[in-house]
Amino acid sequence: MKDRFNLYRFASPATFYPLAGRLIPWFTALAVIFGLAGLWIGMLVAPTDFQQGEGYRIIFIHVPASWMSMFIYLVMAFWAAIGLAFNTRLSGMMAQALAPTGALMAFISLWTGALWGKPMWGAWWVWDARLTSELILLFLYIGYMALTAAIDDVRRADKAGGLMLLVGVVNVPIIYFSVKWWNTLHQGSSINLTKSSMATTMLWGMLLMALCFWMYSIAVALVRARSIMLERERHTDWAKALLTGDEK
Amino acid sequence: MIYWKSFSDFLAMGGYGFYVWGSFGVTALIMLIEPIVAIRNQKTLIARLKRQLRAEARADQRNTAV
Repeated sequence: MKDRFNLYRFASPATFYPLAGRLIPWFTALAVIFGLAGLWIGMLVAPTDFQQGEGYRIIFIHVPASWMSMFIYLVMAFWAAIGLAFNTRLSGMMAQALAPTGALMAFISLWTGALWGKPMWGAWWVWDARLTSELILLFLYIGYMALTAAIDDVRRADKAGGLMLLVGVVNVPIIYFSVKWWNTLHQGSSINLTKSSMATTMLWGMLLMALCFWMYSIAVALVRARSIMLERERHTDWAKALLTGDEK
Repeated sequence: MIYWKSFSDFLAMGGYGFYVWGSFGVTALIMLIEPIVAIRNQKTLIARLKRQLRAEARADQRNTAV
């Protein structure tokens, strides 16, 4: 049971704050390494696409950003469920720390999608199932941030925001399966567990970029989580000790 | 190993340069600015909390002196 106890220890802000501070440089370094490797393979080594020419290279950021926009939302909904079920302090802070990154990922997904759609479909935007549901995801992120910011009592803000996250989670499978459920202009998924429609170098480039986006999101969310934690816990002993001491 | 014949070839992206670099440029900008803003917010927060703490300590001292 000793291990279990140790795991719970990290759920307390007093231990999580310095731990996060030590982890941030590592996640940043990993993001840079994966990013450079992914860009090298995707932009310099990978061959051209026989249908889309060089325009297909947008995939190396479009797909990772889209994955992250959905994944971050799921993680936030997970924290919301934990927070609502067990009334834990940390869960609301984690959800709030992730929200801006998730919103930016959704924006990158839409932005790169528009720049990809124009040369391939002849339109920046179409009201198609995949695009519309991703736009709704962006609005869900913005709505969550606006809602939690509008409520002064942080615990109540967490509860209201958490409820909104859980209701909105229905949108994630809609985005993911939209290309199967409806007739859409958007192409189907490029990666399958059984067979992939991509060349191996392309696949490697995309996976490395996905890892880069993942590490980046963790790093920047941890920076933000530390700020939220310190602000909320400013009257506690650990925060005061940290602020009066010389630690950063 | 490298697919491109020349640097200008690479920049042109087979005619898709505007779309490809428009995507990568904005993404790079966002992924540069977001961490900078987050770190700056953390620094201003710490400075503000330290200031508040000092002000509270001074107020306590005054109260005990009276």
